[in-house]
Amino acid sequence: MTTELQHSRRQFLKITATVGGGMMLGFSWLKPYGEADSSLWEGADIITDFIELNGYLKIAPDATGKGSLITILSPNPEVGQNVKTSMPMIVAEELGVNWKDVVVEQAPLNTAVFKRQVAGGSQSIRQTWATLRNAGATAKHLLVEAAAQQWGVPASECEASGSFVKHGPSDRRASYGSLAAAAAKLTPPAPEAVKLKDPSEFTLIGTSQMNVDMEGILTGKPIFGLDQKVPGMLYSTALRPPAFGQKLKSYDDKAARAVNGVKDVFKFGSDNKIAVVATSTWAAIKGKKALQAVWENEGTLESTASQTEAMRQKLDEPAAQPKRNDGDVKAAFATADKVIERVYEAPYLPHNPMEPGNFFANVTADKVELSGPAQAPERFRGEVAKLLGRDESTVTIGLTRMGGGFGRRLRGDFVLEAAEISSIAKAPVQHVYTREDDMTAGIYRPACMYKFRAAIKGGQLVGYHLTGAGMSLENTVRENFFPAGAIENCLMESHNVPSKVTIGPWRAPVTNFLASAEQSFFDEIAEALGEDPVQFRIELFERAKTNPVGKFEYDAEKSIGVIKLAAEKANWGKAPAGIHQGFSTYFSHNSYVAEVAEVKMEGRKPVVKRVVCAVDCGIVINPVAAISQCEGGVIDGIGHAMYGDFSFENGKPQQENFNKFRLIRMGEQPAVEVHFVKSNNDPTGLGEPTLPPAGGAVANAFYKATGERVYVQPMVKAVKGLG
Amino acid sequence: MAKYNITVNGKKHKVEADPDTPLLWVLRDNLGLYGTKYGCGIGECGTCTIHYNGNAMRSCSMTVADVGESAITTIEGLSTDASHPLQQAWREHDVPQCGYCQAGQIMSAAALLANTPNPDDEEIDAAMYSNICRCGTYNYIKAAIKTAAGKM
Repeated sequence: MTTELQHSRRQFLKITATVGGGMMLGFSWLKPYGEADSSLWEGADIITDFIELNGYLKIAPDATGKGSLITILSPNPEVGQNVKTSMPMIVAEELGVNWKDVVVEQAPLNTAVFKRQVAGGSQSIRQTWATLRNAGATAKHLLVEAAAQQWGVPASECEASGSFVKHGPSDRRASYGSLAAAAAKLTPPAPEAVKLKDPSEFTLIGTSQMNVDMEGILTGKPIFGLDQKVPGMLYSTALRPPAFGQKLKSYDDKAARAVNGVKDVFKFGSDNKIAVVATSTWAAIKGKKALQAVWENEGTLESTASQTEAMRQKLDEPAAQPKRNDGDVKAAFATADKVIERVYEAPYLPHNPMEPGNFFANVTADKVELSGPAQAPERFRGEVAKLLGRDESTVTIGLTRMGGGFGRRLRGDFVLEAAEISSIAKAPVQHVYTREDDMTAGIYRPACMYKFRAAIKGGQLVGYHLTGAGMSLENTVRENFFPAGAIENCLMESHNVPSKVTIGPWRAPVTNFLASAEQSFFDEIAEALGEDPVQFRIELFERAKTNPVGKFEYDAEKSIGVIKLAAEKANWGKAPAGIHQGFSTYFSHNSYVAEVAEVKMEGRKPVVKRVVCAVDCGIVINPVAAISQCEGGVIDGIGHAMYGDFSFENGKPQQENFNKFRLIRMGEQPAVEVHFVKSNNDPTGLGEPTLPPAGGAVANAFYKATGERVYVQPMVKAVKGLG
Repeated sequence: MAKYNITVNGKKHKVEADPDTPLLWVLRDNLGLYGTKYGCGIGECGTCTIHYNGNAMRSCSMTVADVGESAITTIEGLSTDASHPLQQAWREHDVPQCGYCQAGQIMSAAALLANTPNPDDEEIDAAMYSNICRCGTYNYIKAAIKTAAGKM
């Protein structure tokens, strides 16, 4: 499969034409409509010999002098966070090419060349920024060197941009394509010899570029995991225990085997799951429905009520080892003029990517070919190798565009199932989760509760005590985030309530609810002190600046920067009559965000009309996508805070599909306004940071509109008229 | 298995499938038209939206046997060269994030504009309510529909 990556766009077009449907594994859909200069390859012979200057880029030889066609590999998995466009933009910037000359190709898992091929933690751009720039700049260095040698002039007299190397004094120029073969033969320069651009010289970074997969998306090309098909491929589904805490006792597969198209039925997954392998997706789904299985309980089965009670009890207990303990919290509370104590709770949440779990696997005697939507392919490779008792070097993973992930595809259950089923069925399989499987087979954002206490003395916040309790969650707090550093007496404790329900990272893990609760609580403290919520936050961050307490991770100055920007852009405190504003701010994934939510009463219903969002994420690579990412985070945060509800009865998930699980829909979203702090700092995360503050901003605005504080998510359960 | 003659994107196709097979899976597995997506299988998310005699329908919730003589249009047949005003507007607004729901969004929007050339906000909200976008691109979708509405 990897050899196919060497094919050119022309060949790719031919291949897709002949296959007529299924996606060629390991292949990416190519350039956006109207962007690539198609005259570069139309009418030309098939380009088979792209010249690789390093693992990140290849240049087609330019024999005609017409120009250069450049392929840039995008190393990280694309989950909707735009890295497939924005990462190659960084390479292209330093390489000095016209973006229209660039074809982007999704790299497969290739740890020999790429580091951290993960879509998670909002770290793709931040952690590869230097590497991507160096990849482009190093290749440019070689191309300039090749031109200088060819012309017999000093490299220092040459410059490179727009896919050409130019020598001003002799008025000569040569395309990258014409220089690539010579450049590839040169010794790569020492890292210190490679010159990177100053941000002021950027011509591509900071300009808005369309999603490179736009054409495939708009015309329905097979670019997602579920769209993969190879000759002889079968489809599989799996029946898993319906409740957490149950295991398979026995099953009858007679009816399943009688379904047209069902080829095989067998136990797998430590004899706890049943696979149905069929010649079509529908047959595999129907076969699964026809299975008769008997399950037995292992110990007590959990329900939401029992889980909530277990967490609630923990909130009143001291933790064995606090996560943070500054000053003397006990004394601060004992001598306080006033103590505020509030408890907040939020349920488990499924991730619900629109593309349900799936993976392609072809396990043969000597190799394991895998391909599909994976947020953490390197880890999955190790897990599959271990499961099948194979050497990791025999396992390959191709990466398809993902129909969302939100953390779900950081867990590899669907990859492991696909691999095991293929190895037993001895056939290539497309393993498919139904929506019900995806929502009930469990990886969830854990349910969590917080108790916040504030000690007030002499009109000041002098003590802060946070206790968190989460289901299967090792740490429910962020001991090095605000307000750590700003409050002299600060205690943060965390309890893990053991559970059989499997959890995993969900977009902005922990902070997706912690920030909502905390920022609601700070609104209450400000009110108790008679202070403006924005001014109160600024004062606390000023304290962290001038009189820092212990260690903490954020830069208070940057926090103040986004707070002021959001307040200014939202006209904080000067909203028109009938518009109720709520404020929230949070630092996560190395980025700073402040949000103002605006709520209007429409009859008895509080409606979120607008959210103004200020973000400091350093340099913005692709503004159009960055704005969209921030807006999506806000809407996702609000949607789940308002509507997301998930519960268990006797270990069994009570919501199985979108008829019972409510996601935010068209018409329920606010307008979102995004403002970036102008910055030349290295870029930080964007996929997650606007989500955590959203719930708190809305809760605080609801309070202004209705006079009622919100302590429960989903808010629809607690806020009158929300409906 | 039964044999059906169905018309998809103006082309007649002979397909063999069980009568209860949702049209969605016939389009994807039998005809290789992967643009129509599977999202929920119960007509709740809209990712599988197609046109059935010009009306937006959930292809997961109708069977191949239901198709009969009706004309089916999928995202692949919305235009021959990706030039439908909605496709152009989607580019102009750079609408998609993950992109998975967008074919269904466009098909719902196309049916809306065919019947209501200049929809207001409420009409857009009502027509698009059945299409979930998990990434939260709703404002972009709405803006693109308004852009396209002027060009139909």
